[in-house]
Amino acid sequence: MRHYLDFEKPIAELEGKIEELRHLSDGGELNIADEVARLQGKADRLLRQTYTKLSAWQKCQVARHPERPHSADYLAALIEDFVPLAGDRLYGEDRAILGGLGRFRGHSCVVLGQEKGHDMQSRVTHNFGMPRPEGYRKAQRLMQLAERFKLPLVTFVDTAGAYPGIGAEERGQAEAIARCIELGLQLRVPVIATVIGEGGSGGAIALATANRVIMLEHSIYSVISPEGCASILWRSAEQNQEAAEALRLTAQDLEKLGVIDQIVPEPLGAAHRGRDKTMAAVGDAIEEALQALGRLDGGTLKAQRRDKFLAMGQKGLG
Amino acid sequence: MNWITNYVRPKIRALVSRTDIPDNLWEKCPACGQMIFHRELEASLRVCPSCGHHMRIGAKRRLELLFDEGDYSLIELPETIADPLRFRDRERYSERLRRSRSATGRQDALLVAHGTIGGRKAVVAAFDFSFMGGSMGIAVGEGLLAAAKLAIAQEAALIAVPASGGARMQEGILSLMQMPRSTVAVEMVKDKGLPYIVLLTDPTTGGVTASFAMLGDIHIAEPGAVIGFAGARVIEETIRETLPEGFQRAEYLLDHGMVDMVVERKDLPETLGRILRLLGERRPEAEVVPLRPSAGDEAGEAKARQEATPRLVGEPAGEAKGEAGEAARASDKPAAAKTKTPAKDEPERDPAE
Ligand SMILES: [Zn+2]
Repeated sequence: MRHYLDFEKPIAELEGKIEELRHLSDGGELNIADEVARLQGKADRLLRQTYTKLSAWQKCQVARHPERPHSADYLAALIEDFVPLAGDRLYGEDRAILGGLGRFRGHSCVVLGQEKGHDMQSRVTHNFGMPRPEGYRKAQRLMQLAERFKLPLVTFVDTAGAYPGIGAEERGQAEAIARCIELGLQLRVPVIATVIGEGGSGGAIALATANRVIMLEHSIYSVISPEGCASILWRSAEQNQEAAEALRLTAQDLEKLGVIDQIVPEPLGAAHRGRDKTMAAVGDAIEEALQALGRLDGGTLKAQRRDKFLAMGQKGLG
Repeated sequence: MNWITNYVRPKIRALVSRTDIPDNLWEKCPACGQMIFHRELEASLRVCPSCGHHMRIGAKRRLELLFDEGDYSLIELPETIADPLRFRDRERYSERLRRSRSATGRQDALLVAHGTIGGRKAVVAAFDFSFMGGSMGIAVGEGLLAAAKLAIAQEAALIAVPASGGARMQEGILSLMQMPRSTVAVEMVKDKGLPYIVLLTDPTTGGVTASFAMLGDIHIAEPGAVIGFAGARVIEETIRETLPEGFQRAEYLLDHGMVDMVVERKDLPETLGRILRLLGERRPEAEVVPLRPSAGDEAGEAKARQEATPRLVGEPAGEAKGEAGEAARASDKPAAAKTKTPAKDEPERDPAE
């Protein structure tokens, strides 16, 4: 059973009707097959229309869609010989960030990704993709591993943000994120980050100080969630749509602002309607980035990364 | 707490004197409620004489307080793009900016100044909380980068003094990008072997804490300052529990290992000066004539110099790198220059710069 978003209601109705007819056409009547084909065409047109002009708030919903591929899916689809590595060697293991060694299309690399989970139990296991300091310190550990063995670092960003909790604060959430950013900027290996869903604030950028930052077409990346922004600036959580619009958090706006390097298109009706296709396309973008960055030496990689971030903020949306 | 003196009396006093004393001559301590006469409050550096509560102070006052004799020079910060997203909530960001600028007479939330602290060269980047909650946008990021460059040009220490609610939402993703950008500023200073010290003041939260403010060589916090990543309200709403007493206060962070010390405002210049001297003047003041090395023997020369160099008791062995660097630099100079130890104030750092 597909999970439909509120703005997908007309699509849901059409697809429901198609499903019903298919059920009836088990007898093999020709006129029903024709009707199914006609409705399918209509549904596709509707999907295309809807998805080519998604509002910023609708993109937030798509980016958070429960059936959208998550980091664990990308690891399964793109990484061979994956060896998961656990723990920060200081306090604990945070399953909100998956990490390990693996082989991406032949290249040995270090992989990190925030994982939200896909059902109630795994969501709890992964803390809904909201890392605690241990997760960021594990990330630091794996970044250092990448540096030591000169392996590229490939990250998948998908988090509502770092976890706001008493323990997280006590164990230095801010310091853990700051140190991730610092380390990420120092690395002398290629760093490639892909925002696959939600890039939530400091918790996201901790894994995204990369030589190349890729975003999926309907993913978002923002300093604050539209809900948080609405409740602070509009003093009302109901102004989500206005806040999403104002924050310019879509991949398209971020590319114009020079904050990201590349957008990977999603299949018709977004990543959750074409999971394998989406993950393969992300793989292609990562491979291309790896090939380009692989030619640069360590000093150049570090300088390129620094310069890229230093150049941000020179231009607005005009 | 004496509730009569601290609570009741000021209320009575306020009642009695409402008509003949202008409001701004008296200020109420937000912690204990004591009414404090403005002159007394200024003399105590805006620290409540009755409960010790450290009230917020502006960036200008902060600079006066930190630099030797209150003497410093402000630098002009680079002009940056205003309102890059053309952001509008209930009000235009450009309008909010204009209002903050006219109310404070400042361009943005950061002031950068240079001078000496405890006799050592220092660049201070101080936030002004009164300018849009000290929030960090492009202008603040550029200001921190300018401060870092100035520190490097002057071979001075960099001292950051955040007082900030975090990122400036109205600049969207570009405010988030100030986290890596300000971290680059810190890295530039660290790469040159210069001290980077953070003085955490009330409040230091959000993206500011999760970037340059938690990356100091040394972290000093003012008493009672709120320092944290997530806001207390967000945490309460998420976990649906009341927060422990003193949560996210400077003393709490000290107990949890996030800051090196909590220092009262009046003691800050002395503490900073001592640290800067310890990091910058590593040898005792003494006239020492090192052994003359045998001609042409560079390694022997370096060794001889090291042996001849007076050491402080307990000086860590890790200093040897700096010593070797010093020797290497000396060996490039004419022979006559080798007979004296460097002057007290000469910065002793890696000559590779
Ligand atoms: Zn008081």
